[in-house]
This record gives sequence, structure tokens and C-alpha cells, in this order.
Amino acid sequence: MREYPTSNGAAGDDMTSQLVLQEVAATELEESPAAEKASRKQRRQAGGRRSIGMFLCIVPFMVLVFVFSYFPLYGWIYSLFDYRPALGLSGSEFVGLQWFELLVSSPTQVAQIGQVLLNTLAISFLGIATSVLPLIFAIFLNEVRAPWFRNSVQTLTTLPNFISWVLVYMIAFSLFSSSGLVNNVLNDAGLITQPLKFLDTDQNVWLTMTLWGVWKGLGWGAIIYLAAIAGIDQSLYESAKIDGAGRFQLMRYITIPQLMPTYLVLLLLSVANLLNNGMEQYFVFQNAFNKETIQVLDLYVYNIGITGNSLSMATAIGMLKSVISVALLLTVNWIAKRVRGQSIV
Amino acid sequence: MSNTTFGVRRRGGGDIIFAITNYSVFIALAFLCAYPFYFLIINSISANDVSALGQVRWLPVDVHLENYSQVLQLNGLPMAAIVSIARTAIGTLAAVLASAFLGFMFSQSKMWGRQFWYRFVIITMYFSAGLIPVFIVMKTLGLTNNFWVYVVPFIVQPFFIILVKTYVEAMPESLQEAAEMDGANIVQIFFRIFLPNMTPILATVAIFSAVAQWNSFQDTLIYVTDQSLYTLQYLLYMFINQANSLAQAAQNSGGNLSGIITAATTQTPTSIRMTVSVLVVLPIIFIYPLFQRFFVKGIMLGAVKG
Repeated sequence: MREYPTSNGAAGDDMTSQLVLQEVAATELEESPAAEKASRKQRRQAGGRRSIGMFLCIVPFMVLVFVFSYFPLYGWIYSLFDYRPALGLSGSEFVGLQWFELLVSSPTQVAQIGQVLLNTLAISFLGIATSVLPLIFAIFLNEVRAPWFRNSVQTLTTLPNFISWVLVYMIAFSLFSSSGLVNNVLNDAGLITQPLKFLDTDQNVWLTMTLWGVWKGLGWGAIIYLAAIAGIDQSLYESAKIDGAGRFQLMRYITIPQLMPTYLVLLLLSVANLLNNGMEQYFVFQNAFNKETIQVLDLYVYNIGITGNSLSMATAIGMLKSVISVALLLTVNWIAKRVRGQSIV
Repeated sequence: MSNTTFGVRRRGGGDIIFAITNYSVFIALAFLCAYPFYFLIINSISANDVSALGQVRWLPVDVHLENYSQVLQLNGLPMAAIVSIARTAIGTLAAVLASAFLGFMFSQSKMWGRQFWYRFVIITMYFSAGLIPVFIVMKTLGLTNNFWVYVVPFIVQPFFIILVKTYVEAMPESLQEAAEMDGANIVQIFFRIFLPNMTPILATVAIFSAVAQWNSFQDTLIYVTDQSLYTLQYLLYMFINQANSLAQAAQNSGGNLSGIITAATTQTPTSIRMTVSVLVVLPIIFIYPLFQRFFVKGIMLGAVKG
């Protein structure tokens, strides 16, 4: 489960961002050349005065966007210096590509980055592998006939989406720490004598992180598919039924194919976000035992940059990450254009 | 809506087995999602010596509310609650108004450079300069250790703007034309005509923004060292890690604060963690079901279209 990089921290949950992208796709498609031409003509007729006046109304907001999203790009220059905040940029030594060379030349650094990349990709791929679960959830929930039951399930399963990762960690702690509920129950049942270490271990970290992601996001992720199912033309089902299709045939030949476009768009976008896991989840779950396998790129940048004070190194890594992410996004967009005839960005 | 609600259905044995399996799986999933919250709540109101042993599992034991009155007196908690409430209220108001206004303005084909500026905003969803450059900009602007770091960077949010723009574009054009005939200017049209007619989408945006603000943890972690600006989430994180010493402090001051202390009301690490968690999650548990139908609708709008 990934988050989009937002320059200002509180990234929305991944589902939200994925929806955004879909929305963008839809919006961008609307702006056909013909419509654009028409609007240009309209604009000329309306006269420049009014249109400039309207623009002036939004200028303060455009300034905010520039300051918080575009202006920080200038900071990439820090990756070429040995930046010391106390000295300022002019006082810091210019080191050229030293940080980038360091990334690939020192064996310890290479090993560390390698492990971080491995963690990042492993957790991302597990996230992609589990991305089919909300789809299945939605299809089967749609088979439930009692509306009150459907609504209750939806309300209860979307609840975890609305709590912070800190609280998720608190829940994990109270249930799975060595004095937590699960160990207590197992102990009382005589199944274990030593508490099992669910949290203070480097084993299965990728898997447990994925499972927490599923716990938090499953119900919420299903909403978009439930919406899409509601939008399927009912006559498709009716005619299939007349032809004698059973429940599973309806799913297989109608529901799933109808949901595929939505699923594919979300899948492609998660590929574009391979390197962006966000850091909050991994930050709260990290400890001395699991540090090695939980450190994803976003957390690594935080750990060496803010905690470890290697500002220039962290900038260099963050920069590479952003560039690769944009490249991935463009690639995926190109694939989508080739395959589906429409772009997703 | 459901494909099973119309027509005559045969109810064979297979159907019944399917229904039972389906219902069971969903009951299990709902339980897995709901029980942890229930567990926190019953532990926060049970006798502290029992909850510390992990013996409170299905029903609360010796219910008391002493934990809440004691935890609320913990150092920094009232201040953190004020900060969290303030950032949620101010941040949400700012984000909703800005999204409404920008979403509306970007639907105006007459605006100079509309396409360009719309893209200028939307593209920011796809890239980030990275943690350190953003941190340095925040620091340069004096936003570190400043309450406004919780609000100002979140005023313009592309996702919300897209939602509002899509919504406005689905509204009848005659609304605006009529107002223009009457000589209203664009700002008047926005405030008098459009804003009052956008309630569903603004409710969606408001709940998204409020939840994000209330849950935000990372920005305190990165930009704030001043204790008076800590949020509840950040304090909760610290409490998880320091619950032992906090329990000690609460025990020491407990005598003055609350009269007789018994084993059942003496603070333990467990009681402090559970109680603070409940305080953090309770607003969400109460508010979110009320808004659920709004944002489900808001999402459907986007999803069906895409």
C-alpha cells in the first residue's frame, strides 16, 4: 500500500490518491482539441479584461503551489554540496557528484542501499499482489442480499482506513507485543511458554507490513469497485441469466471483465509508485530488531537526513527517487496509451 | 443495485452453502476490523490491575472512568488536544474554501491560461522535491515550530480541486448565465450561487481534510520540536514509547488529584496507552459513520466516470 509523494507530508491514503489519478484521467480526456478551440474562441469574445481579472483571483493560491511544490526543486542543488545548515549554501563546500559516486562506490553504502531498495521493492510488490483483494471483497459483498448487513460490513471494514498509523501501531502493540492479548491468550491455552515476538523481530517484516496495510485499506479499497459494480448495465446480467448463467458465471463473464479497466488503471498507477511507500507506517513500526528489513526508501531518507544529519546525501537519494518515479509514471502512461488508447495521467 | 435483487431465484443447496460461507467470511472480516477498537475501549474503562494483566477480553471488568480524568491531567495532553482541534478546524475550513473556489475557477473557460494553471496545480501530485529540500524551504519561511505549518501547506490540494471541478462541471450552465445577466461578478457568483449549491461535495472534501488533519503525525515529527505545538497523534506515539515512566508519574501525583487510589485505578502503562488511544480515536468513531454516505457518493461520482 503506497502513498504518493506529497511535498508537504500528510499524504492522503493511497486509495484517495489513486482516485485522484483516475479523476485526472477522466478530466484530461474531456479537454478534447475541439473543446479547447471552442473555449479559446469564447475567451476571445469575452474580452481579455475579465479573464485576467479572474486569473488575478487565483494568483495567491498559485503562489502557494509554487512555494511549496516547485520552489523546493531548487534544493536539489544541495546534493552537489557538502551542505551544512549552520554555514548556509554559500559556506558549504561544492563537491560535485561526490554523493552520487559514494552511492555506488563504497561497498558498505552499496550494501545498505541495496537492502533498502530490496525492502522497498518487496513491500511494493506484496502491495501489488494484494491489490486484487479489494476487488474480490467487492464482488462477494455485492452478492450479499441484506442491505443492512452490507452497510454494516462496509462501515466496520472502512473504519481502519480513517485512523492514523500511530494508532494502528498502538493496536498492533496492545494485541501483539509480548505482554499483549494474543500472547496472553496463547499462553493461557497452554500453546506457548515463551511469548512470541511479533513486533520485535526482523522475520516476516515485509509480510506483516503488507498485512497491516491490507487490514487498514481493504474495506476502503473496495468502495471504488462497489461503485463500479453499481454502474454495470443490469441488462447484461438479465440476458445472461436468461441464457442460464449461474452466480459464478455471472461473476466470471460479466462482473470481472467490467471491473478490469478500473483495476488496470489502479494497477498501473501502483507500478508508477513502486518507490513511494511513504514513511509513516514504517517509522512507527521500526525498532532496533527490524530496522534492517523495514527501512524503505522514504524512511531511509528520513533516517539519514533528519536523524543522521546527512542532508546532502538524503537530498541526492530523494532526488534520484523522484526522477525514477516520474520516469516510471511516464512509462506506465505510455503503456496505457498504447494498450488502452487513453492516457492515465 | 445488486444483481441478485431482481428476478426469480432458485434456492438450491449450493446457494445456501454459498450464502453461509459468504456471510461467515464477512462477519469474520468485520470482526477483525472492529474488535481492536472495542478492545481499546473496554480496557480503558476496566480495573487497571486487571487490564494490565491482559485479562480484559470480551467484557469490561469493574467499570470506572477514573482513567479519563487522570489521563487528561497528564502533562501536555490538554495543550495537544487544543492544537489538534485547532489545526483540524482551521485547516479544514481553509482547505474546503480554497478547494471550492479553485475548483469553481478552473471550471471557468474564460479564465486566462486556465488549462496551464490547472495543470500547474495538478502536476504537483506526481512529483516531490523530497524531504530535505522541502524541510529547508519550511525552515527558511519560518514555518518550523510554527502552528501554521499544519495549515498553510495544505490549503491547495489538487485532489479536492479535481473533485469540486468535476462537480461544478456537472451543474447546469444556466445557473451562471442567469447570474451574469443580473450583473453579478465572478466572486459574487461563487459565493451567492455556487457555494450554497455544492454542499455534498464540500462535505466530502471536509471529511477527507478533517480526517487527514486529525491523523497527521509526520509533520509534527519533521517540523516541530516545540512541545506546546505537539498534536495528540504525536503525543500518543510518545506515550506508547514512554508509558512506563508516565504511569509512574501519574501514580505519584495520583494521590493529590483523585483522592483514594486503589489497585483498580492506579495508572499502569497499559491503562495510559489504552485511554489516550480511545481519546484519539473516539471523535473519528462518532463522526465518520455520519459522513459515510457523503463520501461514498463523492467517490462514486469519480469512479463511475473514470
